[in-house]
Amino acid sequence: MLLEVKDLHAGIDGKEILKGLNLRVDKGEVHAIMGPNGSGKSTLSKVLAGHPSYEVISGEVIYEGRNLLELEPDERAREGVFMAFQYPVEVPGVSNSQFLRLAYNEKMKHHGQEELDPLEFNDHLKEKAKVVEMDPAFFKRSVNEGFSGGEKKRNEILQMAVLEPKLAILDETDSGLDIDALRIVAEGVNKLRSSENAIILVTHYQRLLNYITPDFVHVLANGRIVKEGGKELAIELEEKGYDWVKSATGK
Amino acid sequence: MTVELAKEVIYLKDFKKAQESANEPAWLRSLREEAFEYFTEKGFPVGKIEDWKYTNVAPFVAERWSVSRDRTYSDLENVAALVKRFNFSRNGFTALNLAFAEFVTITIPKETKIEEPIEISFLGEEHTAIFPHVLIIAEEGSKATIVETYASPAKSFTNAAVQVVVGDNASLTHYRVQKESAEAFHVGTTEVTVGRGSHYDSTNINIGAALSRHDIEVKFTEEGSEAFVDGLYMLNGTQHSDTHSIIDHTVPNCTSHQNYKGVLNDRSRAVFNGKVFVRENAHGTDAQQSNKNLLLSNDARVDTKPQLEIFNDDVKCSHGATVGQLEEEELFYLLTRGLPENLARNLLTYGFAEEIIRKIGVESIKLDLDEAVLNRLKVKLEV
Repeated sequence: MLLEVKDLHAGIDGKEILKGLNLRVDKGEVHAIMGPNGSGKSTLSKVLAGHPSYEVISGEVIYEGRNLLELEPDERAREGVFMAFQYPVEVPGVSNSQFLRLAYNEKMKHHGQEELDPLEFNDHLKEKAKVVEMDPAFFKRSVNEGFSGGEKKRNEILQMAVLEPKLAILDETDSGLDIDALRIVAEGVNKLRSSENAIILVTHYQRLLNYITPDFVHVLANGRIVKEGGKELAIELEEKGYDWVKSATGK
Repeated sequence: MTVELAKEVIYLKDFKKAQESANEPAWLRSLREEAFEYFTEKGFPVGKIEDWKYTNVAPFVAERWSVSRDRTYSDLENVAALVKRFNFSRNGFTALNLAFAEFVTITIPKETKIEEPIEISFLGEEHTAIFPHVLIIAEEGSKATIVETYASPAKSFTNAAVQVVVGDNASLTHYRVQKESAEAFHVGTTEVTVGRGSHYDSTNINIGAALSRHDIEVKFTEEGSEAFVDGLYMLNGTQHSDTHSIIDHTVPNCTSHQNYKGVLNDRSRAVFNGKVFVRENAHGTDAQQSNKNLLLSNDARVDTKPQLEIFNDDVKCSHGATVGQLEEEELFYLLTRGLPENLARNLLTYGFAEEIIRKIGVESIKLDLDEAVLNRLKVKLEV
């Protein structure tokens, strides 16, 4: 098992948001975590990535047989955990290619593998950029600066392509995207999907799942997974709305 | 006070020698006498003086700095009026500058566009005091870029003054780079007047010197002009940097933008005092002012005071100052890409400073500053 979340209780500012969450994710799988606003979707992403503001109250997160919660966010990243942000941060003055090479080489160094010089890396980057149909002109531009919402999300997927995570968490990646950008981002994710990695899609809407077919759908409400199923659950959810799940669980 | 007097006596000897050696016109000789008299009377701004309350120059002015006694003669007949207009009674430094001033005149002739940047630099030697006084006249309809650099390699005392006249419909880009050695003492004053329908864009970088002080005053004297008065101070160790700025809207329909940023590490200290005046008849003024500071250490300190004084209702003004650390969300983003915390912090700090540095349109100067900032942050960014 790549990731095992056991009875996780976590929150922020002294408020418990996740109230006993269980999740098992294995390599080669795509999981969709769906839920209404305030259900704890975002908290789950942040806790897995190691956001310092979120506190784990109890429970376990086992990643590749290790306690993930003991690792700093940057260590988690170098060990193959990646999170695509809903609102990616701008880094003025640092070009996309410089930034990605730094990140890539930190990972290589960590695993005792050879680092790439700028020339070698640019060739590597050009290949990866095809995944999200990104114009190499973006390599020279400062990270996310002046990027449209769609370009920022594409850039997130480009980072994923370069860093080749084992576990990728896509936090509301579909939010704010027009249909063309959504298609490009989704196709990018589909190309990166393999038997060697796992993807967790955190989303409010079913829309993204028209493009990326999940193996499992988990519905989150009030800090717990209240319903699980295959891709058809997402469609059912779209038709009936979240109230259906809430009422089905007696909430 | 007796200590004070002793210093002025030292400069008196130097001043007499300089006056004797120089073959200068009478008006200039007497102007220098007047300035020196003012200096003798007032001394250096130490003690309880509001404008200097966070900046203690006492240990630096107490040092013995040797003054060059040979004065190079330059023809100032065409700029006499400008020199006479210099507000030497601002403080003891400005008075001493005029008394010893070594003049440099740069004139951009009418309707002339100069593509290549005009570069001037000043380097003081070990334990010497230098008194550059630069006169920049951008005549009507002209366009040019000036790069003014202070890069003393040793412990020296630079006391500089720059007077800028931006003529009607002229456009002047003015970069001031202070990257003196870490032991140096630097004081500078910039006086600018902006004419009708013109454009003045200044960027002031302060990364050097043990103690530096820069006073900049930009005054709109005719309508319909725009000025940028931006800057960056980046300090570490026990460096101290003080910026006092005045933007004076004396006429209607002018726009000013001020964006000063500070990065302070270790036990460094910065002062930003920015006044924007909008005078009674200056309707249609648009004045924006911002001073953001990043403190990288608990021992660093900044005293910031943006001030707006508005005497007219028909204006658009905003001002603000912040002092803080890096945003946690931004740091988290970089960490989730596998960058170690130290590197992540340094990249974000560089990004913060870059907003000002990238304004510099002269590629060689920009690259040089980028490198200086990255070196200070110990970041290697290869292209």
